[in-house]
Amino acid sequence: MFNQLRAALVMVLLMTALTGIAYPLAVTAIAQVAMPHAANGSLVERNGVTVGSALIGQAFASDRYFGSRPSATGPEPYNASASSGSNLGPTSAKLRDRVAADVERLKADGTEGSVPADAATTSGSGLDPHISPEFVRSQVARVAKARDLPETEVAALVERMTEGRALGFIGEPRLNVLELNLALDALKT
Amino acid sequence: MTIIGWLQISLLFLAVLAVIKPLGLYMAGVFAGERTLLSPLLAPIERGFYRLAGVDQTREQGWLGYTLAMLALSLAGFILLYGILRLQAYLPLNPQGFANVPADLAFNTAVSFVTNTNWQNYAGETTMSHFSQMAGLTVQNFLSAATGMAMAVALTRAFARSQVSVIGNFWVDFTRATLYVLLPISLLMAVVFVSMGVPQTLDASATATTLEGAQQTIALGPVASQEAIKQLGTNGGGFFNANAAHPFENPTAFSNYLNIFAMLSISSALVYTFGQMVGSRRQGWTLLATMAILLIAGVGLVYWAETQGNPILGALGLDPAQGNMEGKEVRFGQAMTALYAAVTTGLSDGGVNGMHGSLTGLGGLVPMFLIQLGEVLPGGVGSGLYGMIVFAILSVFVAGLMVGRTPEFLGKKIEGREMKFVMLAVLILPLAILGFTAVSAMLPFAVASVGTGGPHGLSEILYAFTSAAGNNGSAFGGLSGNTPWYNTALGIAMLVGRFAYVVPVMAIAGSLAGKVKLPTSAGTFPTDTPLFVGLLIGIILILGGLQFFPALALGPIVEHFAMLAGQTF
Amino acid sequence: MSHKPVAPSLVDPAILIPAARDAVLKLDPRKLVRNPVIFVTEAVAVVVTVLFLRDLWARPAEAGFSGQIAAWLWFTVIFATFAEAVAEGRGRAQADSLKRTKSDLTARRLAANGEIEPIPATMLKIGDVVIVEAGELIPSDGEVVEGAASVNESAITGESAPVIRESGGDRSAVTGGTQVLSDMIKVKITVAPGSSFVDRMIGLIEGAQRQKTPNEIALSILLSGLTLIFLFVAVTIWGLAGYSGTVLSVTVLAALLVTLIPTTIGGLLSAIGIAGMDRLVRFNVIATSGRAVEAAGDVDTLLLDKTGTITFGNRMATDFVAISDVTPGEVAEAALLASLADDTPEGRSIAALATGEYGFKAPTREADAVVPFAAETRLSGVDLAGRRLRKGAVDAVLKFAGIAHSDAPAEFHQAVERIARTGGTPLAVADGSRLLGVIHLKDVVKPGIKERFAALRAMGIRTVMVTGDNPVTAAAIASEAGVDDFLAQATPEDKLAFIRREQQGGRLIAMCGDGTNDAPALAQADVGVAMQTGTQAAREAANMVDLDSSPTKLIEIVEIGKQLLMTRGSLTTFSIANDVAKYFAIIPALFVATYPALDALNIMGLSSPQSAILSAVIFNALIIVALIPLALKGVPYRAAAASSLLRRNLLIYGLGGLVLPFAGIKAIDVAVTALNLV
Repeated sequence: MFNQLRAALVMVLLMTALTGIAYPLAVTAIAQVAMPHAANGSLVERNGVTVGSALIGQAFASDRYFGSRPSATGPEPYNASASSGSNLGPTSAKLRDRVAADVERLKADGTEGSVPADAATTSGSGLDPHISPEFVRSQVARVAKARDLPETEVAALVERMTEGRALGFIGEPRLNVLELNLALDALKT
Repeated sequence: MTIIGWLQISLLFLAVLAVIKPLGLYMAGVFAGERTLLSPLLAPIERGFYRLAGVDQTREQGWLGYTLAMLALSLAGFILLYGILRLQAYLPLNPQGFANVPADLAFNTAVSFVTNTNWQNYAGETTMSHFSQMAGLTVQNFLSAATGMAMAVALTRAFARSQVSVIGNFWVDFTRATLYVLLPISLLMAVVFVSMGVPQTLDASATATTLEGAQQTIALGPVASQEAIKQLGTNGGGFFNANAAHPFENPTAFSNYLNIFAMLSISSALVYTFGQMVGSRRQGWTLLATMAILLIAGVGLVYWAETQGNPILGALGLDPAQGNMEGKEVRFGQAMTALYAAVTTGLSDGGVNGMHGSLTGLGGLVPMFLIQLGEVLPGGVGSGLYGMIVFAILSVFVAGLMVGRTPEFLGKKIEGREMKFVMLAVLILPLAILGFTAVSAMLPFAVASVGTGGPHGLSEILYAFTSAAGNNGSAFGGLSGNTPWYNTALGIAMLVGRFAYVVPVMAIAGSLAGKVKLPTSAGTFPTDTPLFVGLLIGIILILGGLQFFPALALGPIVEHFAMLAGQTF
Repeated sequence: MSHKPVAPSLVDPAILIPAARDAVLKLDPRKLVRNPVIFVTEAVAVVVTVLFLRDLWARPAEAGFSGQIAAWLWFTVIFATFAEAVAEGRGRAQADSLKRTKSDLTARRLAANGEIEPIPATMLKIGDVVIVEAGELIPSDGEVVEGAASVNESAITGESAPVIRESGGDRSAVTGGTQVLSDMIKVKITVAPGSSFVDRMIGLIEGAQRQKTPNEIALSILLSGLTLIFLFVAVTIWGLAGYSGTVLSVTVLAALLVTLIPTTIGGLLSAIGIAGMDRLVRFNVIATSGRAVEAAGDVDTLLLDKTGTITFGNRMATDFVAISDVTPGEVAEAALLASLADDTPEGRSIAALATGEYGFKAPTREADAVVPFAAETRLSGVDLAGRRLRKGAVDAVLKFAGIAHSDAPAEFHQAVERIARTGGTPLAVADGSRLLGVIHLKDVVKPGIKERFAALRAMGIRTVMVTGDNPVTAAAIASEAGVDDFLAQATPEDKLAFIRREQQGGRLIAMCGDGTNDAPALAQADVGVAMQTGTQAAREAANMVDLDSSPTKLIEIVEIGKQLLMTRGSLTTFSIANDVAKYFAIIPALFVATYPALDALNIMGLSSPQSAILSAVIFNALIIVALIPLALKGVPYRAAAASSLLRRNLLIYGLGGLVLPFAGIKAIDVAVTALNLV
């Protein structure tokens, strides 16, 4: 039994050195040398300023930008250092009230017809960088109006920025809100 | 449900199917002690480890010695991890300056990772230093997975051998599982994950100024290296709180595939290894078919339930076309979220790419039920295989009598002694799940942790103990589990679910290894036919259903009907 | 076979009335604790009864419901004990007639000084020598040490023809309770009082000191485990329901528990075991333990003696082969005449063939001289009207005819060789110095035996023929009978070695034997069946005794063993499958008050929660009674491969067990509602 305990202790220490230190450091070295952009969070810069990560969503309140999905992170939405979903169950009154408020807000902002589901629901991470094409389309008129652009131009941009399915079936049609809004800003200048 | 959705789902299963045989054969070679492609590189390390640990690799152990070695390793791992968590403020690689982890949370977390559960009562990016993530949690991701594989291999040997008392050497099986299987594949996958956008840095975070001028702190870290083994070892403990729903853990549809593929591949291939080692590949495929049918049914049910959407929200003016999107990511959609939810619980992974607590009543029932079935579809690495074998033994015993012979499985007679241990193992899940849930449901301070009213609250508690006892790790996240009661009770449930289950299983291995391997004849109960697949499915569903149906009726089932009726709580 | 096994009627009042009394006696919890499932049921019944009494006092409105539940829980327990009592009762009828043979036996013991002293048979010790004369009953089991007598063993075997028992050899064993018909024998007692064959038989039939068999123990563990799980489910449901403010009464939880635990198989398990032994007894086989009966179901290889099992005991003439210008008719006539003085079965079979097939009649004329068959001369014959007809072993006849072996016609040699090659025995026929032809003697395989072996093969059981014949003969008979293998020129040591070899490979072997030299092999075999006519040593070594002394019995024994296991498995499957429907009856009933939405689970459309619970409990009790006949008779048995047996039984008992209670509970619910019981 003592032999076993000794073996256990030694094994755990050796394995810690191998899989807990050597392995992650090796991956870090490979990643930092070969793929520094991805390894450091796929950060996006504009004019030398880091404006976010291509993979992480951010909140857009202004009418001039396409809005992201609601986010359940705290204390503020899209807190990228504390990811979280709402964890509200389907029969939650809180969920119902929150969605009802969001739907009302969206309707007030000019959404016509039924509201796309992603527009009034929070994502699992609270950092969803994407929204559905339907949600984007429901905002085109508002954004165009706020930016004083022809709707067709904004719609064309949306069309261009829509990511489709790889090989026709892998993934979901979506738009990266940050990239869309960056393109929108670029459109204006 | 759409055809595209099913195509997405099918692609994953085809990919796993393709890798089962080569990986299964490779592992059979590894555990038979054969030289492999990687031996020139790894054999010296392996020998060095044995020498330093004082292990004689040629000496095999009986079931008791094997089990004690496993328990010793788990204990040592627990102590080290607990120590690291309690002392992380003084340890290096703590760029965010996180404090020491409190005692109850450290206990819960250490137990969680040692038992391959990876239940997380903490949010990774706001609690754990990089050192804790790497040298603490990542290490246990490897060790707990390798331990599970070793157990499964030992049980496999018991079927393959005839009239022997030894079932292998734990240290050898465990070391080879880590060195030859988990480590190289993890390394490869980690690099691929980085290429897909998963960060791998020792920095704490990046700061961005958003387009609207706000400051956004983006948490970073050595994510890819942990993500790879998290999935490969069916651990499921995320670097971030949001787990694989977090865009840094799972940035694209392809990384999502890789996530699910990683968790399914070893567990599935091990079943093939089993068939190979006991001399009946057909038996391996039979068990795989059983697992696949139940798992795909689970995927289908979640997918269907979620695409139906939530009529309560529909009534508020939400377009039902996208289905229930609460807690889900746009880039994954319904099909890939359903696939992930069913696979992570059919396995004992517990990682999530959408929040299970926000699934519809029926959609949430399925993951919970899949864990309650014992996580055998195909289950955690190793643990799923031995769990499935326990079910197979049970099925053989109940139905085997119907052909008029003492039941036997793979030439081993199933008698009183085996049944005793099988029943001991089978008792563990209902005992831990129902017992702790019932107690918690009656304790006011335990009920206070619940995040949602009505039946969903009970579901949250039920899911927590289901996940802990099943060593899964996923959650109905509404429950605030970081309290002394849940930290302790869930910790005990995890320990019981892992060790009180595996010890009787190893006793079965010891008992079977000593028996004669009987030749098969036309009078032998056939265990490698479609009929047996149907029988096994029936036993798994009926047994699991009978145990948990009343509890489920009060949780997700009533929630489902309440949701259809538009009732909120 | 002496008598066809006839099972007593299932509704024989002579069995049912005492069984009902025993069923009540068996409620003693000290006895019931041996059966955990039913014990738990009884404990629950007690609790609900207490609650009923409390309700009578405190809440009379609810007493009707809890009273009915309590009553049906008691019925469940009683039905289970009744099943066991009926099974035992069926054996007891047989035991009673055996007991009568034992009562008041007096032995005449031979004292050391040579005097004869009468003592009660129950006082006899091992080693005592007693004298038994014509008309007396043999007082206890023993061995004939002096003399020979014809004995009527019908009290045990049911066979009325007397058998010869004599000292020395394989026919020396006598059984207590049998009657000496002629002569006088001295018998040395070989068993202690109370453990004679008849005693053991009575014990086994009554099931008094019945031990649980290995498989029964394993199954009990499974059932106990399930009971524990459901006990836990029922207890925790109380806490789970408390979360939503539902208060469940102990009565309904008790009802839930009892309907979920496997009461059906739990209640019938011991009845199945007893009935299995009983079936064996009806086939006139006594097993020394239930373990042996189970082992019989597992047998992989049957070791069968050729003689008597596969072939009729003796070789028989099947053909006359004429040589040169002789006609077969002439050979037949000569053979017939030459065999008149041959009283051996072979000689008679030659005569039978000649008279039957060729139409000759035995001559009426006195022969001039008769040469009877003798082992030394190995021929027989007759001198008749100047003809000197002989038939016998080829060498002996050639010698008689004065023909050198090499001078015999090639045609003759060919015929002899052909017969020998096919496993037959050639006999030569000669008239003086003239060779007439050859008689083909062969072992005749019993009709229908080949089909039986084929059926055994389909079940995965190998048959191995054991014979003292040379390999050529053995091979010929083996292929004709369709056995899988044979052991030629087998000595007892060969048999033992063969059994050991097979067991090494994990196979279970069954064999039967009667001689003392069979004893080691009988003891080594997993199922050893001794003939009742065999020696004491063989009977001691074996774990079963065949009272009919029929070697083919082995096959029936295997079938009975299999049927026993099949019945257990089928009823277990049925019992577990039943639970699904019970859930759909009870769960909605428990919670519908708190969550009206759960009425969606009431797929049977049961009229009220109380009616649903009561109906499930009633169904649970009645199904035990309904299945008693099946438990006693065993599930229908067919010789078939395991896969087809499984498919069939799974369909009937698995799927049937799933579906039937839905219909049954619904029907009871309709009745309960119509009768306004709740």
